Amino acid sequence: MKTLRNIGCGETTKVVKLHGEGALKRRIMDMGITKGCEIYVRKVAPLGDPIEITVRGYELTLRKSDAEMIEVQ
Amino acid sequence: MNVTIALAGNPNSGKTTMFNKLTGSSQRVGNWPGVTVDKKVGKIKGTDGADLVDLPGVYSLSPYSPEEIVSRNFLVDERPDAILNIVDATNLERNLFLTLQLIDTGIPTVIALNMIDAVEKLGDTIDVKKLSGALGCPVVAVSALKGTGIDEMVSEVLKAAQSKKACEPIRFKDDIESLITSAEKRLNGKVPDASLRFHAVKLIENDEVVNEKFADVRKDMESEIEKVEEAHDDDMDSIIADARYNNISDITSKVVKKAKRDPRGTISDRIDRIVTHRILGIPIFLCVMALLFFGIIGYGDITGIGTYCTDWLNEYIGVLMEDIALWCEENGVDEILASLLVDGIIGGVGAVIGFLPQMLILFLGLCILEDIGYMSRIAFVMDRIFRYFGLSGKSFIPVLVGTGCGVPGILASRTIESERDRRITAMTVTFIPCGAKLPVIAMIAGAIFGGDGMVALFSYILGAVCVLISGIILKKWKRFAGDPAPFIMELPPYHIPNWMNVIKGTLDRGWAFVKNAGTIILLSCVILWALMSFDTSFNWIGANGTSDSILQTIGEAISVIFVPLGWGDEWQLTVGTFTGLIAKENIIGTFGVLFGFEEIGEEGEEIWMMLSLILTKAEALSFLAFNLICAPCFAAIGAMHRELGTWKSTAIAIGYQCVLAYAVSMILYAFLSLFWGYEVDTVIVVVAVILLAILVYLLCAKDPFKVIDNAIKRD
Repeated sequence: MKTLRNIGCGETTKVVKLHGEGALKRRIMDMGITKGCEIYVRKVAPLGDPIEITVRGYELTLRKSDAEMIEVQ
Repeated sequence: MNVTIALAGNPNSGKTTMFNKLTGSSQRVGNWPGVTVDKKVGKIKGTDGADLVDLPGVYSLSPYSPEEIVSRNFLVDERPDAILNIVDATNLERNLFLTLQLIDTGIPTVIALNMIDAVEKLGDTIDVKKLSGALGCPVVAVSALKGTGIDEMVSEVLKAAQSKKACEPIRFKDDIESLITSAEKRLNGKVPDASLRFHAVKLIENDEVVNEKFADVRKDMESEIEKVEEAHDDDMDSIIADARYNNISDITSKVVKKAKRDPRGTISDRIDRIVTHRILGIPIFLCVMALLFFGIIGYGDITGIGTYCTDWLNEYIGVLMEDIALWCEENGVDEILASLLVDGIIGGVGAVIGFLPQMLILFLGLCILEDIGYMSRIAFVMDRIFRYFGLSGKSFIPVLVGTGCGVPGILASRTIESERDRRITAMTVTFIPCGAKLPVIAMIAGAIFGGDGMVALFSYILGAVCVLISGIILKKWKRFAGDPAPFIMELPPYHIPNWMNVIKGTLDRGWAFVKNAGTIILLSCVILWALMSFDTSFNWIGANGTSDSILQTIGEAISVIFVPLGWGDEWQLTVGTFTGLIAKENIIGTFGVLFGFEEIGEEGEEIWMMLSLILTKAEALSFLAFNLICAPCFAAIGAMHRELGTWKSTAIAIGYQCVLAYAVSMILYAFLSLFWGYEVDTVIVVVAVILLAILVYLLCAKDPFKVIDNAIKRD
């Protein structure tokens, strides 16, 4: 399974499915990461984590461990 | 006309600016019951008494964060007459996600399409009429910053509030709609008619709160829901969220026309590329922090603005105290009453007021950093380090400020969104030696260690270690394990600060501190004043009499508990610990009085000799450690109460600090005594070993909440 964690800086990908449950999954969806939406991985924080992505036209940051819950193409 | 209008919207949608614009000076700031989330209410200018309630900024009406629960309960239970939904036009898709849920509540909704000027600047166009038609509710293009479109928006929202006509909800695909209809039938009569759809949708999308409330209904529908889940090969919550976003994409694709973007990115993009640069990011962050910190506290001979104002005000308060004392004497005011007024009340109030300028300047700095959008970048840059200790990147600022003064440090924790992190940070900030603890450190260093600078270094390291291990230990405690706060955060575009928001935010926070902290400080100071000024048969012995006072009697009795720490034999040290609660530097003054010196220098040079006779190195470090870590001064306790919200939480926080202080001091005393070859009771060593073992166990024990972090149910 390929997840958002595996996507390098400057690459664009598409969400296939969200895994996990509860508050974390809810929050990911509330922020606009849903099936089929495009995600551009913008940069990585100076210490290697978290990452910054562009989704639905705005900037969002999330930790790599959370990015693992997002299955991508 | 008596209507209540709820102001709802995403964080960073310009809600605060709009609220300030609409209500002017008629705001009342408080807390929502039970949580430290600001509740602001005001009257809309130019109407006869329309109340505007500022809901906290949320992305959705899920039941997870305190902000979401507050917003949702207000809408569902209190049912305002209308919702004014502020939508950031530059970020339409995500903002409309909340809008669709607001419409589902069945409350008349008006949408303010904010920052329309920014959209125009980008060259994009939004067809407002079409958008209004697609959403089924009035949409007004506005700019809260420039003040355009406000009048039309207000008249629309008042019209909506009076009509009481809800908007038509946006429908999903047929299979989902038939589930909703089925749920509506079952819930009919159990919830208010108007919010039937809201509850039905929440029920089928596995909303924890609604599911628990109507567990039987949910069970009845299980097979129906499973069928749809199978057909979509996904969970119901994902299906609904996907469906909502699909509806939104349909709408925006018809109404928004985007212009071509500059390939180099916007100005904000270009700033961000430097500020969060992989190599430059951290140095820039450190520079910003140093600027803020030294600007307020000062460095070496250079006095910071905050310290300058505080010193000036304290001097003024000192003069005022003398004047009043003189006046009382001349006019024959009773000596006890005069002392209560001067030493107790003015001394107490002065302790609060004296902190104000420093705090206001700090708040100003923090408000600016927050308003321009840098605060979220700090969390982005620092998160990696602090996460290791169970906190997030935003905990760095309070700790840093705490090295100057714990009070603004604790209050700076307000900018941390996660309730859990905020509480842990507020509880641990005062472990870091603040300005008032420095003279005490200097006294111990001077008296026992020949002025060795290592004592100061030891103090800072001890403080930092205590903050970090507390982060690890406290999050294993159920009380702090709740409120899982995923670190998924919007990085809003940078913009020039809105001065009205910045100044209002600064004053709000300052006033909230005076109100909340003032009471406890005043009360505590008066009680301690009474204990110091009367002897056990309640005879007046003069202010700061200390010797023979009730406080001394208590000190002598209580000093027994400090025997295992090595400094319980001398009751003066115990009394000093107590008077240190007014302000830590008071420890020195108290020693002066108790050891019989009239005048005493700032670092207590006169009593160094005395101290060196009664304390060994191990005992001295144990005393120092206890006073650094135990309950902070009353001002800081007041600030903690303001951030923690309840007396129970405040008591638990102080209890934790004292227990940790006791354990750490005992461990230090026992092992340092052995190390330096002093005599020490075997029992104490054994207990110290056990305490150390417990501490190590707490540090290493598996976090019982880590695995299920995302699934913890709220009680």
